Amino acid sequence: MKRPMTMAEKILADRAGLAGVEPGELVEVPVDLTLANDITAPLAIKIFEETRINRVFDPERIVLVMDHFTPNKDIKSAEQVRMCREFARRFGIRHYYEGGACGIEHALLPEQGLVVPGDVVIGADSHTCTYGALGAFATGVGSTDLAATWITGRTWFKVPETIRFVYRGRLKPWVTGKDLILYTIGDIGVDGALYMAMEFAGEVIRRLSMAERFTMANMAIEAGGKVGLIEPDRKTLNYVRSRARRSPRIYRSDRKARYREVREYDCSKIELQVAFPHLPSNVKPITDIPEIPIDQVVIGSCTNGRLEDLALAAKILKGRKVNPNVRAIIIPATPRIYQEALRRGYLRVFLEAGAIVSPPTCGPCLGGHMGILARGERAVATTNRNFVGRMGHPESEVYLAGPAVAAASAVLGRIGSPEELGLKEA
Amino acid sequence: MMRVRGRAFKFGDNVDTDVIIPARYLNTTDPRELAKHCMEDADPEFVKKVRPGDIIVAGRNFGCGSSREHAPVAIKAAGISCVIAESFARIFYRNAFNTGLLILESPEASRDIEEGDEIEVDPEAGEIRNLTKGRIYRVKPLPPFMRELLKDGGLIPHLICKYRNARLEDEQLTEG
Repeated sequence: MKRPMTMAEKILADRAGLAGVEPGELVEVPVDLTLANDITAPLAIKIFEETRINRVFDPERIVLVMDHFTPNKDIKSAEQVRMCREFARRFGIRHYYEGGACGIEHALLPEQGLVVPGDVVIGADSHTCTYGALGAFATGVGSTDLAATWITGRTWFKVPETIRFVYRGRLKPWVTGKDLILYTIGDIGVDGALYMAMEFAGEVIRRLSMAERFTMANMAIEAGGKVGLIEPDRKTLNYVRSRARRSPRIYRSDRKARYREVREYDCSKIELQVAFPHLPSNVKPITDIPEIPIDQVVIGSCTNGRLEDLALAAKILKGRKVNPNVRAIIIPATPRIYQEALRRGYLRVFLEAGAIVSPPTCGPCLGGHMGILARGERAVATTNRNFVGRMGHPESEVYLAGPAVAAASAVLGRIGSPEELGLKEA
Repeated sequence: MMRVRGRAFKFGDNVDTDVIIPARYLNTTDPRELAKHCMEDADPEFVKKVRPGDIIVAGRNFGCGSSREHAPVAIKAAGISCVIAESFARIFYRNAFNTGLLILESPEASRDIEEGDEIEVDPEAGEIRNLTKGRIYRVKPLPPFMRELLKDGGLIPHLICKYRNARLEDEQLTEG
């Protein structure tokens, strides 16, 4: 009889052509999709060119998204993009996104149907783990590993152990997937899943929107995880069906699969969460937070820049004003999300509230541009990292939260919840 | 892979890649440019203080955060010969070997070594020697293929070397 396996083990075994794999085993697998951006692709191209191997394994499986410094912030970043553009032209890479076609990579790829369940994806960007929400084995690598895969179409992995996280109960008002993942990282720490697969399960996960599932998988890396997986269900397949360019392969964990650990959470006790500087694990429930005045709010990023996130922010900002001491920057993650937010009137709500609507970019999340903090300034951001200097000056501070807390804080001028604005239900 | 020797620079747990090389400097891939800003947000004077061969000693989860390979590249180009930590973040671990930066996991060395200690690392013997304190911390010796890879300067230079050697042998065989 076959040994029961987790999702992560099943995908790797299947793709490696093996009947079964065990944690710790090294496997070589074909890669369905590779990804790089305007920071990591130039380095990968340089490495690729050093090899003098003048061909790529499959131009259809190479995606290049110029999202980090777009619109190009200076001459050097424009040069880096030019290098990527020329590389894409030279090798006939169609999935090259720049300018008005460009969105934040981890929102863009699923939206464009480039990733499907069961895929093995490597990206030279640590948040590549986002696609685990579709049931894909997707993980971040460096530019050298990526360049090697451009040549061979394959890569190697150590089969990870899996920690299963089971979410039960009913969510409190305004609580979203962002709060669940912050709570989880707070529980296990920033290296709590180092080298491991995280598997998110339970009735609460089944009820989450795809947007919230992407948010959770996205931050697996913030606990050190290799992948953050969610079993595909009807919702996943509905999402993929209208977009996918390839057939999905559904993998589910066996009931008797062996886990490193199973952790269960009663979600009815989980409040809105805020991660204090300078670690994503440094979380506090909203009711334990003293008065903290803020200078900036950022709603966007590969973590929380999707339509559902903007809808939540619009609900809170509608008919209200951003506090005069706060710059509220709202960044729809892709051109399609931007258009849909326009059509639904969210952008009007944001502008009338006094917020700034930015074009899709990673910009402020990594302290690149389009919203940098001065010394001593504080921001509430729906992004994923609050390390020292992440959004600007080394003495600035980033507080991570979901879109509800971010939007409410923009109005309040301090970190707070929608309930403080008299909003009881989402 | 030869032995390396230098003074220890100590850092704490969870040193992230944004601290190793802030994203605001990632508009270049030039190692010398990157090296100028290595560890800048943790210690603005770091680059000035480092002498070639010096060693970084840190706590848990070194290199967490972004996948930027610019991080090990910047450390190496700043003149650091080895990073010793209690543990490394997964992507950084792979990137370090791929770019030819020697790294070793040793909770004992990470705890015991103090700022400024003179350290000698012998990856073949699997020893970290604290010359200041007269102590030896044992680690698993690096396997020969990994030492070879580091000696060549990383995965790609290593593959180019191997490929070139194989081709030379082929040519010699055909000619012979």
